Amino acid sequence: MIEKTITVQNKLGLHARPAALVVSEAGRFYAEINLNKDGLEVNAKSIMGVMMLAAEMGSQILITADGQDEEMAIQALEVLFASKFDEE
Amino acid sequence: MGKKLTKKNLVLDGVAVSPGIAIGLAFLLHHDELQVEEEEILPDQVASEVEKFKRAVQQTKEELRSIRRRVSRDMGEEQARIFDVQLLMLDDVMAFDETISAIQDRKRNAEFLFWENLNTAIAAIEASDHAFFRERAADIKDLGRRVLHNLLGIKHLTISGIRSEVVVVSPDLSPTDTIMMHRKNILGFATDMGGRTSHAAIMARSLEIPSVVGLRDATSRVEHGETIILDGNKGTLVIAPDEKLLEHYRAEQRKYLQWSSDLAALRDLPAHTLDHQAIQLHANIEFPDETDSALSHGATGIGLYRTEFLYLSRTDLPGEEEQFKAYKSVAEKMIPNPVTIRTFDLGGDKFSMYLKGYTEANPFLGQRAIRLCLQHPDIFKVQLAAILRASAAGNMKIIFPMISGIEQLRQAKEILGSVQEDLRARGVPIDPDIPVGVMIEIPSAVLVADSLAREVDFFSIGTNDLIQYTLAVDRGNEQVAELFDAFHPAVLKLIKQVVEAGQRAQIPVAICGEMCAEPMATVLLLGLGFDEFSMSSVSIPQIKKIIRSVNMEEARAVALHAIELETGRQIKAYLKEQIGNLHPDFLTADMT
Repeated sequence: MIEKTITVQNKLGLHARPAALVVSEAGRFYAEINLNKDGLEVNAKSIMGVMMLAAEMGSQILITADGQDEEMAIQALEVLFASKFDEE
Repeated sequence: MGKKLTKKNLVLDGVAVSPGIAIGLAFLLHHDELQVEEEEILPDQVASEVEKFKRAVQQTKEELRSIRRRVSRDMGEEQARIFDVQLLMLDDVMAFDETISAIQDRKRNAEFLFWENLNTAIAAIEASDHAFFRERAADIKDLGRRVLHNLLGIKHLTISGIRSEVVVVSPDLSPTDTIMMHRKNILGFATDMGGRTSHAAIMARSLEIPSVVGLRDATSRVEHGETIILDGNKGTLVIAPDEKLLEHYRAEQRKYLQWSSDLAALRDLPAHTLDHQAIQLHANIEFPDETDSALSHGATGIGLYRTEFLYLSRTDLPGEEEQFKAYKSVAEKMIPNPVTIRTFDLGGDKFSMYLKGYTEANPFLGQRAIRLCLQHPDIFKVQLAAILRASAAGNMKIIFPMISGIEQLRQAKEILGSVQEDLRARGVPIDPDIPVGVMIEIPSAVLVADSLAREVDFFSIGTNDLIQYTLAVDRGNEQVAELFDAFHPAVLKLIKQVVEAGQRAQIPVAICGEMCAEPMATVLLLGLGFDEFSMSSVSIPQIKKIIRSVNMEEARAVALHAIELETGRQIKAYLKEQIGNLHPDFLTADMT
């Protein structure tokens, strides 16, 4: 299992559209992926879970991935967050 | 619902989001009455319980897809996307897979476990500090209700099922509710919550259903089936009206309906006086989606596009791209007609959470509008860049608010120039000749109008502030509100000076503010020499009608006479008499 902390950089935070993007990206990997914000841990492959984080801009999120493609999964999510979901 | 006080003619104040008047029986629409009981199930019932749950989800998906198609067809793809997220949620691990495994593991009924799962998400989202996230909880609840109804086999209690004509009163309306509204049955709607930008409000406007939101406790004060009056023009809800008040509102309603039916006929007619003087009637808007209403009411331009809303109710600042998109959508819809966009007028009574510094003793005399912009050129530049980029897409003009002297104008123009240069250097398309104007709303600006006129392309008089600053009256203050008088001779003399300064410099002078929508003022303003008025869209047909029934000679004589009178009261009496001669039906009770 590996983990990595990233910061939400887009202005509106993880609202519905970015949440949907995270879920579809996470869904491409076999690894079990969780997002943890301030102690609340959710499944990154669940739209409802990701929205539950209500992660605004500047939030720190700990991503954990466990599975054969865990490294690729974390990298892909890191890239997605850094792209600010093409919002600005 | 026991504790109702005597409530004859009880008036609740809310936010008017869609105009019109509705008088009818209240239909209380409650959502949260759904009770889900926890029930144990036997091991041999697990398979059928899972099957029942899967069917309910499938049925919900079909419903959502059909709503989505309908919305996409009737209201556009943008509105339809709201339902994509709901559809995605139905496939969700948490909502779907985890409910099924819980049924298998814990042997409880599907509705209980599903609702439990959803509530975990809803509770977490509702705990967010951001209204933006909290609003999404309503979407999940809406979805949950839908699935539960299908699970429990209850026919949906939604407005689409209402057959008689009613005024809907509800804590809040979900996007699905609003979409299911049938004009025939729903006379209007009132909600406890919501603001001007909630989905429900936007949809009500596009469906032209009178609506008032943000009434706080309307649902606990209104009783199901009693007669209520909803005034979507003023933003009020009247409970238990007496016969006298009902009669008043029926008259108002007839008047409004008469106007709206005349509207279609008037919309495409030009605003020409009897002697063919062409007058421009423009609309004041605040939100891009109001452009449609402006066009449908016959506006030939946007005379005042207020941009503050982009900055309100959020902790950050709107970015260039977000602003650009908003401005461009307005410019494109209005082509070839002009759009005068006012740089943000924050301060006074509208504050950005981001820019809020310290409390001022006199905010209306404080760091407001252009003063704030010059203090924060970095923020100002972002807006100017967005406006300039949008100017390539249409016929745009920029106007600076609250200019009190020539130095501020020069500073603002210098900043504008630097942004223009920067965009040009980067090869970004802009309108190189975008006209620049100033709002004349401070008496000092009137007195130096000649010098301002030499350095701008146009003026626009903001009457609300000009009256407030000339008469030193805060019209929000009930103690002195009576002194706020658009027809005070001093105000009229100042207005006249601005027109004359404009004529000397040969630049156009427009007028915006509530005075423009006052039928009594129309002839006077025409006579003073204005040929461009900007007002709320709904007032345009009425003012157009007046313009089309006067000639300039007459209007000039009226203005000449009015301006020599000594008191506002005399001026109003005189104007009333004049317009009464022209059109007795323009004089209604509330103009006296």
